[in-house]
Amino acid sequence: MIWVIAIAIWATLFVGARLAMSRDLFRIVVGLALISSGIVLMLFSSGRIYTVEPAVIAAGETVLPATAANPIPQALVLTAIVIGFALVCFAFVLVVRVVRDGDTDSAEDLRYAEPAPTHPVEPPVSPASCDPPHPDASPEFGPNDGSCAGAGGRRP
Amino acid sequence: MTVLVTSPIVVPLLTAVAAAFAYRRPALQQAISFAGILCLLGCAVALVAFAIEGRPMSVAFGGWEAPFGIEFKVDRLGAIMVLLTAIMGAAALLFQVGDPESNPGDRVGSPQRPPFVLPLLHGMLMGVCGAFVTADLFNMYVWFEVMLIGVLGLFAAGGRIDQLEATFKYFVLNVAGTLLLVVAVGSVYAVTGQLNFAALSEAAALLSPGMALVLLASLAVAFLVKAGAFPLFAWLPAAYHTLPGPVLALVAGLLTKVGVYALLRVYGDVFAPAPDAALDLAREALGWIAAATMLTGVLGAAYHWDMRRILGFHIISQIGYMLLGIALGTEAGNGGTLFYTAHHIIVKANLFFIAAIAWRLTGSYDLRRIGGLANARPALALVFAIPALSLVGIPPLSGFWAKLIVLRESLALGHVAWTVVALVVSFLTLYSMMKIWMEAFWKPHPEPSRPIAARGLAPAWCVTVGLALITVLIGLFPETLAAYCMAAAAEIGAVP
Repeated sequence: MIWVIAIAIWATLFVGARLAMSRDLFRIVVGLALISSGIVLMLFSSGRIYTVEPAVIAAGETVLPATAANPIPQALVLTAIVIGFALVCFAFVLVVRVVRDGDTDSAEDLRYAEPAPTHPVEPPVSPASCDPPHPDASPEFGPNDGSCAGAGGRRP
Repeated sequence: MTVLVTSPIVVPLLTAVAAAFAYRRPALQQAISFAGILCLLGCAVALVAFAIEGRPMSVAFGGWEAPFGIEFKVDRLGAIMVLLTAIMGAAALLFQVGDPESNPGDRVGSPQRPPFVLPLLHGMLMGVCGAFVTADLFNMYVWFEVMLIGVLGLFAAGGRIDQLEATFKYFVLNVAGTLLLVVAVGSVYAVTGQLNFAALSEAAALLSPGMALVLLASLAVAFLVKAGAFPLFAWLPAAYHTLPGPVLALVAGLLTKVGVYALLRVYGDVFAPAPDAALDLAREALGWIAAATMLTGVLGAAYHWDMRRILGFHIISQIGYMLLGIALGTEAGNGGTLFYTAHHIIVKANLFFIAAIAWRLTGSYDLRRIGGLANARPALALVFAIPALSLVGIPPLSGFWAKLIVLRESLALGHVAWTVVALVVSFLTLYSMMKIWMEAFWKPHPEPSRPIAARGLAPAWCVTVGLALITVLIGLFPETLAAYCMAAAAEIGAVP
């Protein structure tokens, strides 16, 4: 049983890591979700996994029978699944926004926050539009429309 | 008593919920948010007052006493971290009042504060406080996640493409760190069958050296990601500079320090009774990581010209000093780390606040495009000098005492290489602060016609001057804080 679980964890982590290392933003998120599933399986296997007896104390008893399932890893796993699910949902919405506004789904092209260096020593000046809109600035001190024309350009 | 121990969670939670319901009325939301942070500040002061007496307060939920139930426990270490969180939260909220990116939309033409910024900010404070008060390893992981989702929301709130990109990078690298933490917690549970800190430290004494080292190392790697240590800090410089000023100061002041706190807890408290062979190796490794963190952080800062990026890399560099204190493994080392953390949170946040004021006055964060501040605002130059020199470690400011405690202990234990690196890094820190001084304050503005006028900066001045005063006070009277920190270190190291 433990070997089946171990191989399942290994396979999930392998596939997840393979996806997480790709350049496609969606695949990265799916990969992280798979890795998190593999880790949840690992957390699950830290309890007793060979039994199907529920973690219920029988009437008249005061302690759990030694053959019953361990409820603590199950509680931990539930918590981890819920948190992981929420984060993955957030990440998918985020990726949709990044793809729409940034006009790219490749991690390589995400250079808005960190423009590519153009000089061997000096860091590039980030575009004026990437600075927060300034309340006291007159129009000649840069556009103030909140857009950010980075290295990749912006879809019109 | 139960109410007080849970207050660092309950107060920000209620504030966040109430502020979320008041999303249609920005002024009411602001008022709720201030009431909440003042309440948290009061509770934090009360917690410190109780902790000074040396009676750690604890509460076990649902009547399940430790080690079965989840336990909250506030000792000296947790109490002062909650107090620092409350102070920084109050400072950031006050600064936000005059911040154009965060104003409630009462000025025509200026951008409006998104209605979910304040609830998210309090949610993040709840996560930070939760990590400081919990005495349960899995619960600590949950608070790290609460913190993560709060700060992700704050990153994405502005909605500019560079901010969304930064959110994505922050998300991917931090989730990887969190997953490592789950692996570590699962392994600890599988080996010892415990999650409660006190029960774990009893179990740690019985572990074989090899197993203790594996568990300690897996926990340490996860927390090093969160602390932004070499070579796992890539998420920090990729993202931090896109945040609006006051939020950036709060996030920069607090979040990496939660990772440092967790490392201090694990090395100095939970695994302190583990076999010496394992601890010595883990400390040796942490010491070299600390030295590399200091050096890479300060060199990264030397390359940059954007004030936010320079200060961001200095966070990494300063994290190295805190890790060095933990790596020494003595009571004085742990106390030095706590002193350093307290000093650093205040000074670092203040530098980010001052950078935000400089941006308001000059129009950019990039040092190549600004200047002339010393002439235009001599008072700001003075307020900048205090945290900047304190960060370098010039006596008699707070940074001098922090470095003195850590480096004296490091020399006393014969770690000459680490000490030399730390001293060299201090000089390089001075170089970075000189750069900001020369470019932003001393040289004339490259566009002489640009008007230096910014409205609504009064709250920002209050915050920066107040934090600078705290720095000076710690510098003039270091004994009070140092005695508290040493007592905290003695308390966590003591085997029950």
